[in-house]
Amino acid sequence: MTKILVIAEHLGGKLNGSTARAVSAAAAVKPDAIDVIVLSDAPDAVAAEAAKIDGVSKVLTVARAENAQSLAAVYAPQIVKAAAGYTHVFAPSTTFGKDLAPRVAALLGVSQVSDVMTVEDPHTFKRPIYAGNAIVTVEVDASSIVVATIRTASWPAAASNGSAPIEAISVDAALPSHTRFVELQQGKSDRPDLQGAPKVVSGGRGVGSKENFEIIYKFADKIGAAVGASRAAVDAGYVPNEMQVGQTGKIIAPELYIAVGISGAIQHLTGIKDAGTIVAINKDGEAPIFEIADIGLVGDLFKILPDLEASLG
Amino acid sequence: MKILVGYKRVVDYNVRIQVKPDGTGVVTDGVKLSANPFDDIALEEALRLREKGVADEVVVVGIGPADLTAHLRNGLAMGANRAIHVQTADAVSPLTAARTLLKLVEKEQPGLVILGKQAIDDDANQTGQMLAALWDRPQATFAGKVEIADGKAKVTREVDAGLEVIEADLPAVITTDLRLNEPRFIKLPDIMKAKSKPIDVIELGSLGVETADHIKTTHYAAPPKRSKGVMVKDAAELVAALKQKGLL
Repeated sequence: MTKILVIAEHLGGKLNGSTARAVSAAAAVKPDAIDVIVLSDAPDAVAAEAAKIDGVSKVLTVARAENAQSLAAVYAPQIVKAAAGYTHVFAPSTTFGKDLAPRVAALLGVSQVSDVMTVEDPHTFKRPIYAGNAIVTVEVDASSIVVATIRTASWPAAASNGSAPIEAISVDAALPSHTRFVELQQGKSDRPDLQGAPKVVSGGRGVGSKENFEIIYKFADKIGAAVGASRAAVDAGYVPNEMQVGQTGKIIAPELYIAVGISGAIQHLTGIKDAGTIVAINKDGEAPIFEIADIGLVGDLFKILPDLEASLG
Repeated sequence: MKILVGYKRVVDYNVRIQVKPDGTGVVTDGVKLSANPFDDIALEEALRLREKGVADEVVVVGIGPADLTAHLRNGLAMGANRAIHVQTADAVSPLTAARTLLKLVEKEQPGLVILGKQAIDDDANQTGQMLAALWDRPQATFAGKVEIADGKAKVTREVDAGLEVIEADLPAVITTDLRLNEPRFIKLPDIMKAKSKPIDVIELGSLGVETADHIKTTHYAAPPKRSKGVMVKDAAELVAALKQKGLL
């Protein structure tokens, strides 16, 4: 029997969209069951959302005060206990899953398959190495539990038409107190979430300053897009780190990606390779971004963006 | 306090990786090798903590073949006090690396272990978390800022939602993100000085580490290429092209 346990990612009482993508990858294994586990101090709302994801057999909740924040050192021993009887444990390859899953894998005594792009069979997967410049096929021992993180940009979010049962469980695990949450500093934004948005507009070094970035926000709002940035723009202090798109930032796969004033360093291109349509706007016609763009426009972004807004009416 | 720093050697980040035509690996012959950039950041952070008086000794650790010694000399030239070379000719999985580091941690008793969040060759992003799990100690991954005081580390982590601050009792494992610091350059006199710093060589086989080989890589392929697109001449043409694709 193939049974997959998917670790739900959530924040502020809301399920993160990455969970439904991890469920898609789980479904590709064609298992006998996909159960989602929600660890929280108050899991009900998140569990209700997870129960709707198509393909989910059951949602398990572990309600404990210690689970109020997603600390890997606290979550991992509970996941290990809950994983008994499962053949696979999947987590999204977000900073949440990347932090937690290896800790789980080590406690289970296995290596982890990081960033699963495709499922070939229940023990064979493809994943990127060298910043996506090579794709490897890896085989996990048939006798080992498979712990994997799922490269969210490679998987669509499973739809939400289901109604899986929700079951509260208790796990007998001693939890450490050596790691404590202090605070989360979040940029407040009404814009769509960068990781799940169908349209993304990103700015790079060519935007020139924090103040100039307003022109990116304004255009993004006009077309209902999320806003991202290159590493150069983040390092220059134009925007906060959570907006970084690329190998070491967020790896995204929107239907439309518009790169504005971004030259296209390999680290950035790694983060957008799976986008549906890539548009590049840059004053340098030789910029590498044009090598992978579906549509390119050479010119001054400070003229082009207002023109685009005007053309949209 | 002693700080242990993982110092892996990888294909230099500027090298364009080529997959071998027969799919058995990537071309590494004659390719420039350098320190994993995240490990340079880890070493830099350890050196700064020593310069602030928080730590008194920085030890760089490498796991790899006999010629890794030259690479570890770079870590010594950058400023580490000494190096440990765990020698093995075999490829090492993240779990094997974590188990190996645990053996060294038990011997060296560091107050802090700083590792890169991932190596830019296998992009696994596992070893630090695994070491922390096996050691049963805190982990602070993706660190953008580290403050050490009163036996605790206050670490600002770069997470998808923003910046998360956690507090961890020492000893602990920290993994570095890109913005933690800018590593110093190695100067010629430091290279000379490094020649007299000690490197302990230990055979991996002598540490009693159970190697973890649950995962086998069976094939390497080049990624699918995006085909070159079209150029438009102005904003109106761009809007028309996007409308035609149903994207606006």
